[in-house]
Formats: sequence, C-alpha cells, structure tokens
Amino acid sequence: MEVLKFFFEYKEAIFIIALSIFVGIEVISNVPAVLHTPLMSGANAISGVIIIGGIILVGHADLSKFSLSLVLGILALIFGTLNVVGGFAVTDRMLEMFKKKKK
Amino acid sequence: MDKIIGTLNGINFTIGDTLLELSYLIAALLFVFGLKLLSHPETARRGNLWAAGGMGLAMLTTLLLHKAPNGSGIPLTNVWIILASIGVGSVIGWIVARKIKMTAMPQLVSIYNATGGAASMLVALLEYPNAVAGDVSSILVTVLGLVIGAIAFSGSMIAYGKLDGKVGDIMKPFMTYLNLVLLIVTIALTVFIIISPNEPSEMIWAIYTLMALSLIYGIMFVMPIGGADMPVVISLLNSLTGIAAAMAGFIYSNEAMILGGILVGAAGMILTMLMCKAMNRSLLNVIIGAFGGGGAAGAGNEHGTIKEIQLSDAAVLLSYSQKIVIIPGYGLAVAQAQHIAHELDTLLEGKGVEVKYAIHPVAGRMPGHMNVLLAEADVPYEKLVEMDDINPDMPNVDVAIVIGANDVVNPAAYDDPSSPIYGMPIIDAHLAKNIIIMKRGMGKGYAGIENFLFFNEKTRMLFGDAKSSITKLVSEIKSM
Repeated sequence: MEVLKFFFEYKEAIFIIALSIFVGIEVISNVPAVLHTPLMSGANAISGVIIIGGIILVGHADLSKFSLSLVLGILALIFGTLNVVGGFAVTDRMLEMFKKKKK
Repeated sequence: MDKIIGTLNGINFTIGDTLLELSYLIAALLFVFGLKLLSHPETARRGNLWAAGGMGLAMLTTLLLHKAPNGSGIPLTNVWIILASIGVGSVIGWIVARKIKMTAMPQLVSIYNATGGAASMLVALLEYPNAVAGDVSSILVTVLGLVIGAIAFSGSMIAYGKLDGKVGDIMKPFMTYLNLVLLIVTIALTVFIIISPNEPSEMIWAIYTLMALSLIYGIMFVMPIGGADMPVVISLLNSLTGIAAAMAGFIYSNEAMILGGILVGAAGMILTMLMCKAMNRSLLNVIIGAFGGGGAAGAGNEHGTIKEIQLSDAAVLLSYSQKIVIIPGYGLAVAQAQHIAHELDTLLEGKGVEVKYAIHPVAGRMPGHMNVLLAEADVPYEKLVEMDDINPDMPNVDVAIVIGANDVVNPAAYDDPSSPIYGMPIIDAHLAKNIIIMKRGMGKGYAGIENFLFFNEKTRMLFGDAKSSITKLVSEIKSM
C-alpha cells in the first residue's frame, strides 16, 4: 500500500526520473574515449544542481539567532558552489586545449 | 511579480511562481542539450557553457523568485548571505580550476565531486527536522539524499587520496565481510528512520548516527579498491552525487534538481559501464575484486633477461626508422614529459620519420586523460591514434616507444589466463619490430602486475626519469 501511495504522490517526479534516465543514457552513448574525462567533469558540475537546495535552505533560514543549521547551510552553499563553478571552469579549461590544437 | 494569475489545487500562484518554474524548465533543457553537445568533440566546449548557463539561470531565479510555503520571498539579508557564500565558493573553485596542473585533473574532479556530495548530505540533514512524522515518502527521499550524499562525499575524498598517492590500498580479506555488515547496519537504520512514527525532532540522534555510518561506509567502500580502478570508482561516485542531488530535488519538488541529478546519475552509470568495458571487467569485479592486491602471481617466474639500450644507440635506431609509435602512459604525465615528447616527435618528423601516438582508452588516470595532456603540449590531433586503429598496423612499426606505460601494453592480457588483466584489450607493442621502454625502474606497473614485454627479446630498456631521458635523447639525435 505504501508503495502505491508513494507512486501516486510522486507520479510526476517518477515520470521525470524514468524519462531522465533514458535521456541520460541516450545522450551519453557513443561518446569517443577522448571525451570521457571532460564529460565526467561536466556531468559532475551539473550534479552541483544541489546548490538550488542550498539557496532555498539559507534563503528561508531564520537569521534572528545564531544556529548550527545556518552555519551548515552556508557550508552546503559553499560546497555546492565549489562543485558548480570549479566543475564548469575545469571542464572548460580541458576543452579549451582540444580547441587550440585544431588550428 | 506578486500578481495572482490562477489557482492550482486550491493554491494561488503568481507571475513570479510561473516564471520560476519556467526558468527551471529552461535550465533542465539546457542541461540535456549541454550534455548532448559535450559528447561530441567539436561542440563540447559550447555544451559545457550551455549547461553552466542553465545552472546560472536556475540559481538566479531561485534567489529572486523562490517563496517559502507561507508565501514570503527570500529576505534581503539572506540574499546577501547567499551571495557572499556563493562568492567565496566561486573564487576558490575558479582559482583552483585555473591553477591546477593537468596531470592532477582526476584528483580535482574527485574533490569537486566530494563537495557536491557533502552539499547534498548537509541539505538533507538540515531538511530532516522539517519533515512530517509518518510521512514516509518525504522522509524516504531526505534520508536517501543524506546516505547517498555522505557515501559520495567520503568515498570521493578517499579516491582523491588514492589518486594523489596519499592513501594506499588496504585490502584485508575480512574487509569484504566488515563492509557487508556495515552496509546492512546502514540500510537497517535507514529503514528504521523511514518507518518510525516518531517526530523527526526525536530522531535527531538517529539521523546523525546514520550520517556517521554512511561516511564510514563511503571510506570503507573505496579503501580496498585498487588505485588502477579509481577512474571507474570516481565515475560511479559521480553518478551517486547526481542521485543524491535528485533526492534533495524531491524534498523541494524541484524539477530542475530532479532532472539534473538523475541525468548525471544515468550518464555517470553509463560512463562507468563504458570504462569497465574498456578494461574488460564487470563493475562487481571492480568493487570486490581488489585489483593489484598482490594476488597476481602470474605464470611462474620464467623471466628471462632485461636488456638495456644506450642513448646513442637509441638515437640511431630512431633516426633511421620509417615508422615510430609512441605509447604514452601516466608515467609520462607524472614526469611532465609531454612537451619534450612533442619536441622529439617534431625532430623525428623533420628527419622523415612517421610518428604517431597510440592512445589506450584508459591510458593515464582517467579515460581520455592522455588526450588532454597531449593536447596541452600542442601535439596535433591527427597524430593521436586510438588503440583499435593502430593495432592492425603494429607489425609494420619499426619502433614502439613505451613511455611510462605498463599495463596497457602487457601481453599477459592475451596469453596468461591467471593474470588479473587477462582479456583486457591492449596496444600490441609486442608486435612492433623494436620496442624501447622508458621506465624509472624495474617496479611493477600501477596495477602491480609483472609485465613480460620487458623480457621480450625485441625489447630494450631505457631507465631513468622520462623527461630527462627524452631530453637527452633529443640532444643526442640533434648532435648526430
């Protein structure tokens, strides 16, 4: 029963998951080995999408008093940003090198 | 922005709410397109920028338009705190990404993966007290986000340590059982928390215990896996980070997070499979196989003798060859010898020798890592030949120069069923007419397996640091 309830409550999300898995597989298959490292790094940066959660968390945090949650929330934001900014920057740097040699 | 434009399921929604959801849709599409473009060499860089743009858009609109359930937006003070945190993360992330040496790239990817996992873990930890007691589905996703994020975090940190040589391979037979017990306890506690009817505030002890258990499991899970298998592990952990982010997406019913996370989860899983295929091993074998743990006895000890070559002889041999193939491995990268290798190949080309680089799919510390390193040294793209394209031509090659590579040219993959790499596709260096192997010493390769190519009668060894060996070789050829 719980499983059926879970499915119904989250039916849209479960559809998204099912289709995303398919899209993820479809998009990645047939990648040349040359691109495995940049691709891994780029995908890694996308997984930093957790930062949205960090923004929501800190965004609605109660600032009237100091709390451990706020500190941890800020930490989550910094970690998330590292993942996103660092990830995209390093991927760009790798791909920049591929570009250069084309000339 | 606050104008109410309609009602859905009894809740009013405003223009702002609509724009926010619309921006998430655009961000999600940009992730998909970005990833698609990333998988083709010509469009890869653009793809990365598109995905980054999607992320930037989603961050900006969340900051401006997101509302708490009571309808209030993000207060200005909070906005400043968020901007400051993002600023700190951006500056550090950007500087490290720009400064890092290309050889240390795999380490950096695992570090960034660890931060993503840590962020998911923290978000789930902080959202748990807001869950409603007995609401199984919302507690399920929160707890899963915490567990998966924690495993991805500590596992990636260990993977980083291994790649950087800070953490050795520790494999004891009892560890497999210990890990199994740890996994069962973690799962049991997870289930206990999910089905518990208690208020989340009474379960804080359990959630912290679960976080600690998951962190320990992440460490113990990566610890016994051999260093040579780290690329596969990082790809797997990357996939986990994506899934953890998607779980957090459920907490906020945020489609961009769910889609982005699952996309990475699926793509990471496929990439993991592709890498396993390149090494001819199953994922299960990688995880419990404990590669390079010393169990590789090989087929007896009938070694034969090692023959060295003098620099002057090597210079002559290379100068009067017609076709040379350079087979680079991680040793070349460690010695920072990619630039001087390129100098060597230009010099030889000037003498009318045809020089190619043979790239094994898992050369370096990550698939494609070698291509990045050689690109950094301006080696033209056309000179890099993939394993399957060069192998049929190997018997016509006058000299195969193996620089800092080992396992990817080990013929044991063909003829020694007892070898752990038996069946792995290799570059057929042993078919070339002459083989020169540049190596620091007689140590075994990264995977710790004996290489019989060194004892092949066509093989000559050139001991020493790859960079100084090639530098001396270049000046020797120049003085001829």
